[in-house]
Formats: sequence, C-alpha cells, structure tokens
Amino acid sequence: MSEVKINKDSTWQELTPGGTIYDAGNSMNFKTGDWRSSKPIFLSDKCKQCGLCFPVCPDDAIPVDKDGKRCDFNFDYCKGCGVCAKVCPFGAIEMKEV
Amino acid sequence: MGIRERLSGNEASAIAMKQINPDVVAAFPITPSTEIPQYFSSFVSNGKVDTEFVAVESEHSAMSACIGAEAAGSRAMTATSSNGLAYMWEMVHIASSSRLPIVMPLVNRAISGPLNIHNDHSDAMGIRDAGWIMLFSENNQEAYDNLIMAHRIAEHKDVMLPLTVCQDGFITSHSIENIELIEDEKVKEFVGQYHPEHYLLNSKEPIAVGPMDLQAYLFEHKYAEHQAMKNAKKVILEVAKEFEKMTGRSYGLFEEYKLDDCDVAIVCMNSTAGTTKVVVDELREKGIKAGLLKLRVFRPFPQEEIAKALSKVKAVAVLDKAESLSSCGGPLFTEVTSAMYVNNLNVPTAGYIYGIGGRDTTTKDISSVYEDLLEVVKTGKINNPYRYLGVKGVKNNGI
Repeated sequence: MSEVKINKDSTWQELTPGGTIYDAGNSMNFKTGDWRSSKPIFLSDKCKQCGLCFPVCPDDAIPVDKDGKRCDFNFDYCKGCGVCAKVCPFGAIEMKEV
Repeated sequence: MGIRERLSGNEASAIAMKQINPDVVAAFPITPSTEIPQYFSSFVSNGKVDTEFVAVESEHSAMSACIGAEAAGSRAMTATSSNGLAYMWEMVHIASSSRLPIVMPLVNRAISGPLNIHNDHSDAMGIRDAGWIMLFSENNQEAYDNLIMAHRIAEHKDVMLPLTVCQDGFITSHSIENIELIEDEKVKEFVGQYHPEHYLLNSKEPIAVGPMDLQAYLFEHKYAEHQAMKNAKKVILEVAKEFEKMTGRSYGLFEEYKLDDCDVAIVCMNSTAGTTKVVVDELREKGIKAGLLKLRVFRPFPQEEIAKALSKVKAVAVLDKAESLSSCGGPLFTEVTSAMYVNNLNVPTAGYIYGIGGRDTTTKDISSVYEDLLEVVKTGKINNPYRYLGVKGVKNNGI
C-alpha cells in the first residue's frame, strides 16, 4: 500500500492519475456529513433506548455502546435524511434546519 | 526484411492485433469494422493468440469490459465504427479519465441519421474532446503501422491515455492493397509487455479505480490529462523513430507532401490524402506548385508544427469529412485556423466540407479545390471560407 495524503488544496501534481486510491476499505475517510441540510438533535431525556432508530440509519451514523445503548449522532457521516426522527415513537429526535 | 502481403485495411488491423496478442479483446460487430473482431475471433478459436475474447452484447459493454480488464492490469483492445462508438461514448470518457491505455481501431463511418453505413469522420469527431490520442491512416499500411506503435505510445508512463487508430470505412477497410508486415517476433519485441504500476489484481496493493472526484479535485485531474496529452506528442515521435529503425518506414505528426515550396496547399486526413497526392503530381507536371499536409496525429493537435509548416504557403484549403453544423466550418478547419491565429500567421484559408456519408471524392473534386486556391492567390481574397465540395444544388463549391 502506498498511501497518498491529499486535501482540498492539493495541486494537480500531488493527485494520483485518474484519482485512483491506492488503498482499500477507505470509505471511512470520505466524510459525507457536510452534505447535510438538516440536522437531527438527540433529546436524551426523552429517549427510552427502544432500539428502533439505529438499525434504520443508512449511514451507520448512530453509534451504539457495548451495553446496546445508542449515543449521540456521528456527524462526520450523518447526511440528515431524517429517517431516525420518523421512526422514533417518543419524539426523542428532532430535525433542525442548518 | 518484412513480409509482402495483400490485405484489406480490416485484415491488416486484425493481423496487427494478432501480433500484439492482447490479454483481452471485447467487441461488438458494427459495419464497417465488423471484420476486425471477426478475423480476430478466428485467431482466438485457432489458438493463434492467448487472448480472452469477450463477445459482449453492446459497444457500451465492449468499452466497459476493456476498462475493467485494463484496470485489472491487462492489455485490452476493441474495435468499432460510427454508432457503435456513439453507444460507447460514456465509457470512452471513463477510459481516458481513469488513465487506462486501451487501444481501439476505429473504422470511420457516418454517424446516423438518416441511416448510412459509409465513410466520413463524424464518428471520430464525436470523441475529439474525450481525452483519446487519435491517429489517422491513409491506407492499410498506415492502419497496421499505427496499431503496432499504439501501445508503446498509450502505455508510456508520461502518457497513460487510450488511443484510437482511424481509417476510412470501406475505402481502405475493405480495399485490398499491397502491404509489408513485420515479423511476429519483431512485433512482440517492439510492443513489449505491459507492466502497470498500479492495478486491481495486485493482491499486495488493493486499490480503488474511478472514485468520486468533486469540486476540489476534478479540475486538477483534467489538467493532468492535458499534460499527459502534451507529453504524448514527444512520445509519438520517439516511438516513430524506433519504428523507423525496425521497418524503414518514417512517421511524424503529419506528412508533408511537396509542401516546402508550394503556393497552394490542402490539409486533410485519411484516404483523401492518397487522392490528393495524385492531383498534386498532376499539377506539378503543369508547373503549378501544389502541396499537401496530411495530418496523422489529430490528438494531441500539433498546432505549432502545422502553423510552421503552412507559414510560407499562399493559400490553404482544409478538408473536413465531418459537418460540425456550427454554420461556420468543420472541426479540422476551425483547429487549423486557430493554430494559425495563435502563431501569428495570416494565410488565406478556406474550409471545405466534403465526402459526407461516403460521397465519392475524385481527383476532379480535389483539382477544383486547387483551382479555387489559385484564384485566391490571384485576388488575395477569400470571399466565403465556409465551402462545400460535391453537394448537389450547391454551385461553385459554395463560394
């Protein structure tokens, strides 16, 4: 593996030909959270830990701890689709415009 | 010293592919290029090559399969014409932008419609902005020689771009002419093995090809392609030099036929150059200083060299076998005149659209262009630079 580190200021000489990524399993490096136009707010006092929200998240952006309890959103990957807010029976997730 | 043969342009291309012996050929038949994969598949069946032949269901799939094969680390080829190329257009861009040096014979045929199977260059001009190196061939010998040189150019580390070798459908693809082939072992040695630095089947380095490339990166990748295309010019000439050592046949970015001292010159590509040479010889016998610039390398476009080669000419005609429908001339005319402008050259130049849909272009037609040019030399004026050669109902070449 020959890792190439680039960022949005990289010059054409620093990029790889054709944008080929010399690495596998690299989707974690693609932070899609900045695509978000609305943001879920986790209201932990209303949450009953029923477990309905995290299985429906298309981006696996609701972390679950070792006791099976959900934690706050991972905003590196949450695209703000709002599916979790729809399935929550207790109003513990509110969508807010950003 | 070479093998004397008599072959059509398609046979010559198929034999070049046999000698190159690529790892993968994926192709779908379309007139007039059908014979290339047809002959090649018989080489596969008869064990003459080690190639994996993929009989795909469309040209879009043919180019897709070549992209997959080339990204995997193998050498992949296909062949097509006209609407087949149009159908693979999406993947044609993916091939070049992913920097995959696929090689493709393109047997030029009019893009429909209305439906036409005969020769013009409207198919090739459809991919002129697609990041492919484009070589044009006057006859079967050049179609063969260009293919033998193709991989060395495309796969060069400073280039890494796909390459297409054009020839005129039916006019050269189906006409049998004398040809000198190169011995198999010599071709094998000349073309060499393909060892890409990064490839999908390398278990030690898993890679991802063709990833998302948004606002922060695509511009830089296009600039890198532009640099690669610029580099290709030098590589094309280096490979030609080596090729000349092996065969004695010399190739440049274009051929200058009696151009150095001429007053009136035609610029054209592919088989029409042969017809034009006959006319140049006839005119020279009459004491008229006619010349020809036959463009071989259309991409990268050798703008500086073309301007220099035409700098002493008194009048130029650029022949386009494709109609841009811009209402102001064909693509070759536009690029040649643009080359002149940026090189501060102001030679009276007219563009002629000709030969569309396989319309015959005879020595009489070419003579009429030189006559027009002699008139331009006399008056020093181009009344209408957007001309048409051989359209019924358009008088006086549309001047």
